[in-house]
Amino acid sequence: MQKQQEKHMEKRKKYRILGPVALGFESVKTGSWRLERPKVEYSQCVKCGICEKYCPVNVISIHKDEEECIQFIWDYCKGCGICENVCPKKCINMVDERGEK
Amino acid sequence: MAAYMMLDGNSAAVQAIKMAKVKVISAYPITPQSSISEELSRLVRDGSLDAKYLRVESEHTAISAAIGAQLTGVRAATATSSVGLALMHEVLNVASGCRVPIVMPVVNRALASPWSLWCDHQDTMAERDSGWLQLYCENVQEVFDFVTMGYKIAEHEDVLTPIMICLDGFFLSHSMQKVLIPKQNEVDEFIGDYVKKNTYLDPLNPMVINNLTSPEEFTEMRYQQKDGFDNAAKVMDKVFLEFEKKFGRVHRAVEGYKLEDAEAVIVTLGSMSGTAKQVVNMLRNQGKKVGALKIVSFRPFRSDLVNEMLKGIKRIAVFDRTAGLGSQGAPLWHEVCNALEESNAVVKSYIGGLGGRDISLETVLNVFDDIMNNDSKNKSPVWIDLKDNAMDIRQVKKDA
Repeated sequence: MQKQQEKHMEKRKKYRILGPVALGFESVKTGSWRLERPKVEYSQCVKCGICEKYCPVNVISIHKDEEECIQFIWDYCKGCGICENVCPKKCINMVDERGEK
Repeated sequence: MAAYMMLDGNSAAVQAIKMAKVKVISAYPITPQSSISEELSRLVRDGSLDAKYLRVESEHTAISAAIGAQLTGVRAATATSSVGLALMHEVLNVASGCRVPIVMPVVNRALASPWSLWCDHQDTMAERDSGWLQLYCENVQEVFDFVTMGYKIAEHEDVLTPIMICLDGFFLSHSMQKVLIPKQNEVDEFIGDYVKKNTYLDPLNPMVINNLTSPEEFTEMRYQQKDGFDNAAKVMDKVFLEFEKKFGRVHRAVEGYKLEDAEAVIVTLGSMSGTAKQVVNMLRNQGKKVGALKIVSFRPFRSDLVNEMLKGIKRIAVFDRTAGLGSQGAPLWHEVCNALEESNAVVKSYIGGLGGRDISLETVLNVFDDIMNNDSKNKSPVWIDLKDNAMDIRQVKKDA
């Protein structure tokens, strides 16, 4: 279904339109709302995946073979801090979005 | 050949809407607009207007349905007044923000409370920031002409902004005047068929209109509307000239009357402009150097023209038919004050003609008397036709 739509849209020419209009559904990049971001202490992480399960916007993924074993989609992470709360090893900490103090 | 007809303001608006060949009408009756919605429904029923008439349950729906209809690629019509316009408030901003160029006659009537059926400009003044163009009519001929030109201005690809044609309740809506109505083919040549130029609803070319817009883009879309207003000023002047060439009648965004050597000028809006010109003639006969300035286009406000035309005039009286409560002066006065550059003129705000009170020759004479002879430094607005017993207007009995 998604592909069908994209295929159709690719064929169309671009032209200017005034006012609020979209030619497809696209979610607003809510990452810009973030005031704090989760910072992971990778050496402490046991890759249990609890943060991944609890994340309400599904932006966390676990990569067991990589050094940065927890990865976030920053375009959509709102910085809610639930991952910090549920981590059994306390290896996720919320830090100021504008830089650590 | 064009023919003369005896029409009241509402009928003239209906005539212009009919000749623009609207395809959908969604109107809700309200005094003093009712005869517009009634007459349009009669035209649809007897087949003289090929359109769909939607019986809506409120003004909120009337304008919503008109937006939806026009987005399918046809002209849609609606009209309202007073509290009806207030009920449209939310959706008026949708029409302008989505750039749907609807032409809507608004019959000016006071906002409640006190409940009133009569002429007052507070209803349209309350919508002056809603992103609609606003033209104010002096007489019934202007109602027809401005509605007709409204289509050409609003639908222009550089403007794409809805327009209110404001006509004074009863003074214009219900007064019969001789009006020159052109032939259908002449109107067709002038405004043409509706062409969809921006967003539209089409199942084969789907688009999402009025989607949630983040702070990333909101400012830019408002700016697009600002650009539309800037262009509207230019387009309007061009349309006035084209209209003059085709139909012979002269209209201007701002119209001066005997300004050349004037020492005092009254600035007016709507049907009071005729009275003002009459008083100017009377005072000129007595050797007094006075003039009048009629504002036709309140949105966009033509500060360039107003500044140019009021250059060198020492005393300026701005007459508002709305109270402008809590402000330093009424809305038109604010606009005129800000338009004047390098001017040391005395500019005073006059408030009168509220809730249907007649702006008579005497009222305007009083305004001229005050602006020419009263040198007090008091800058607060003058309520020119206020009765002495304002604070004791009603008394009731109650048990002690």
